[in-house]
Amino acid sequence: MSTQTSIQTSEKPLGRDELAQLVARDIAPGSFVNLGIGQPTLVSNYLTEEQNITLHTENGMLGMGPAAEGEEIDGDLINAGKIPVTELPGASYFHHADSFAIMRGGHLDICVLGAFQVSATGDLANWHTGAPDAIPAVGGAMDLATGAKDVFVMMTLLTREGVSKLVEKCSYPLTGVGCVTRVYTDKAVFLTGPDGVTVRETFGCTFEEIQELVPLPLKKAE
Amino acid sequence: MLNFIDTVGEAVAGIQDGSTVMIGGFGNAGQPFELIDALMDCGAKDLTVVNNNAGQGDQGLALLIKEGRVRKMICSFPRQSDSWHFDAKFHAGEIELELVPQGNLAERIRAAGAGIGGFFTPTGYGTTLAEGKETRFLDGKWQVFETPIHADVALIKALKADGKGNLVYRKTARNFGPIMAAAAKHTIVQVSEIVPTGSLDPENVVTPGIYVNSVVRVDSAGAKEKVA
Repeated sequence: MSTQTSIQTSEKPLGRDELAQLVARDIAPGSFVNLGIGQPTLVSNYLTEEQNITLHTENGMLGMGPAAEGEEIDGDLINAGKIPVTELPGASYFHHADSFAIMRGGHLDICVLGAFQVSATGDLANWHTGAPDAIPAVGGAMDLATGAKDVFVMMTLLTREGVSKLVEKCSYPLTGVGCVTRVYTDKAVFLTGPDGVTVRETFGCTFEEIQELVPLPLKKAE
Repeated sequence: MLNFIDTVGEAVAGIQDGSTVMIGGFGNAGQPFELIDALMDCGAKDLTVVNNNAGQGDQGLALLIKEGRVRKMICSFPRQSDSWHFDAKFHAGEIELELVPQGNLAERIRAAGAGIGGFFTPTGYGTTLAEGKETRFLDGKWQVFETPIHADVALIKALKADGKGNLVYRKTARNFGPIMAAAAKHTIVQVSEIVPTGSLDPENVVTPGIYVNSVVRVDSAGAKEKVA
């Protein structure tokens, strides 16, 4: 019989919405947050009024509301993914240089991004596969990764081929160096930092099973 | 010198071949479609264009690119599902691309307007986009030296101008407008409405008229349909 406490908190791997729910729950009340395009956008569905979170969109707005529908749709009010959105009471607009000063200046508490790979020391690769014929496009990914106080990544742990995206060293071109603080995956939550990678909790598998999948030494949360 | 001009064609008539042209807008919000169409009609070529993207669909900047009028794009996000004209020119080796992280793009434009000769920023450090650039360890982190982006002309869109050229914008359509207005030698603004001097609250002016050279009113009915 094991004397260690289990960190497995779910019988099954988490789906995209369950993962978004978990990230939302982990965001401290009162935070200023930027949600990246794609899977991170789902997090907004699970933020509660009591949390009092202010969403930033890098094209120039704080206090962004949910996606616009029907009559609400206004071509002058879009998010960074160019989707029509709404404004909440207390919203503010500003130009692009101010918007990125909000990130670079360390005013944004958390950004949530997708990733191709995250390294043992929190390097992020999420903008370019490095394929020679691909047209490179970076947008605000590097600014977000470097500027926010905490960078949370949401991704599946494994590629379609079954290879871990949490790696010793990124093989894809980097977006930022040592910037990722947490990695939320379908199989586990990882805390990354200068002292290595710690598994906070696992879903549908044990710590030992995660260690077999990930090619770097992992620590177990106390 | 501020001029109020009757048509977009007259507004862009002085744009020379080989100019660097900043074009405002993020997606369709704040994009000065009518001024871009006029730039197309005026025939200026060999242009360097500064915009966040590299054209979408079959309109505006995408058409300028298609017609081979753009020699170089300076942008952060050229690849979109409907950026086929840029894609074709890029793969044919017929257009140069300077890819810049979005915040560096904004700050380099701002620096030009503010008379800053360059600045160090942590964004991009350790990435391929910082290769060959000077780096320094400042304020506890590695930072990369970036230079200002100046332009001959800026084409931007605002909601209202008053008789002094003071501008207000609308929602997220503000985006690059204020910083491009300051960074260009000649700033051309299309507005939905020209209002009497004194009717804009000075506390709410976003771009002071000193940055504006030409104002042209464009009836923006239908802008609501131009959703990205």
